[in-house]
Amino acid sequence: MNKVVNNVETALEGLESDMTIMLGGFGLCGIPENSINHMVTMNISGLTCISNNAGVDDFGLGLLLQKKQIKKMISSYVGENDEFERQMLSGELEVDLIPQGSLAERCRAGGAGIPAFFTPAGYGTEVAEGKEVREFNGKPHILESALTADFAIVKAWKGDTEGNLIYKATARNFNPMMAMAGKITIAEVEELVPAGELDPNQIHTPGIFVQRIFQGEKFEKRIEQRTVRQKQ
Amino acid sequence: MALDKNGIAQRIAQELKDGWYVNLGIGIPTLVANYIPEGIEVEFQSENGILGMGPFPFEGEEDADLINAGKQTITAMKGAVFFDSATSFAMIRGQHVQLTVLGAMEVAQNGDIANWKIPGKMVKGMGGAMDLVASADNIIVAMMHANKAGVSKLLKSCTLPLTGVGCVKKVVTNLAVMEIKDNAFHLLERAPGVSVEEIIAATEGDLIVPEHVPEMSF
Repeated sequence: MNKVVNNVETALEGLESDMTIMLGGFGLCGIPENSINHMVTMNISGLTCISNNAGVDDFGLGLLLQKKQIKKMISSYVGENDEFERQMLSGELEVDLIPQGSLAERCRAGGAGIPAFFTPAGYGTEVAEGKEVREFNGKPHILESALTADFAIVKAWKGDTEGNLIYKATARNFNPMMAMAGKITIAEVEELVPAGELDPNQIHTPGIFVQRIFQGEKFEKRIEQRTVRQKQ
Repeated sequence: MALDKNGIAQRIAQELKDGWYVNLGIGIPTLVANYIPEGIEVEFQSENGILGMGPFPFEGEEDADLINAGKQTITAMKGAVFFDSATSFAMIRGQHVQLTVLGAMEVAQNGDIANWKIPGKMVKGMGGAMDLVASADNIIVAMMHANKAGVSKLLKSCTLPLTGVGCVKKVVTNLAVMEIKDNAFHLLERAPGVSVEEIIAATEGDLIVPEHVPEMSF
């Protein structure tokens, strides 16, 4: 089944104000940067964004924050972004901070037809407030619910016309779970190849989870913390 | 002499055992990787999705797709593996990781830890810390004994929002190594040249001091 769309404009068709959007990536690593750059130019606002982080001031989701297109962020860590902090402390931006593993599992559950699950993470903390607690094997756990989204936007290294995806290194992160949890999942890839070119043994996300795929026009792939060592 | 950050990391490295998978948090814990004792093989897990994390790359060899949980560019060791975030936290929650080392703003004598939020001041989020402390059997906290204002970080009970309850077993600071059990800090070792009195004075929580407290050896 051919999932290819010509460009980012077509890929994002139907994405409207007030929708819930999942965006893959960890920090700036593995984020769908072509889609985000295009969302900035669309006349949309009031978005609920589910993403582990919120980008930096001038890259990634930080760009949508600057234009006040985001109403609510669901994330695990939001440092490195001054505009984010300002909007949050002034009450303009709603923020739901949840443990990283719970965020990953809630997306996975959403895509896997599991409505909720118990986890030990967050028991006895603010995160547990209002949540059901149950003991298993003598240890308290809290009930976390699944997350789904109107659109999930993921970034992969290689993809084929069937929507099968392969990620590179740690740019995989949240992308596979989010790909499963979108009503419509858009994959932007660095390299789009005909079906049959990718080794079926090596595919990370089966194309059944992907509705639209396109090759990104340009990937800046910005590095957030450049750390190096000197040659001896 | 109180230890510096590298000294704390070096002391914690002595806790490593051959064959362990280890998760190192951001800050002092990251430095532990520089002091792996000879003859010991450990593998480092970073929760954004790598097992077998290597040192920083040489200049010019950075890869934007290869970072650690602190978003720093890294390398992958021979035999390394990449995985998604759900799998990563399956390793952590499923207790497949033998040791977690992380920093803290406060630790209480009952093992509570706070390290993610200062209400009204700093709200960055917990990242993977809550999953890590809720599941790991073996958690070592690496931190300075007092905060920048000189106030003890080893308390009777935490004042900041908690990251986890009753989970910390051991704390290594610039002054001492302490074990947490029976609702108290138990002094195990002191930093070279640091007196027991200094440690008592710097600890707000209940501190059990045995008759003989050895100096850390390096």
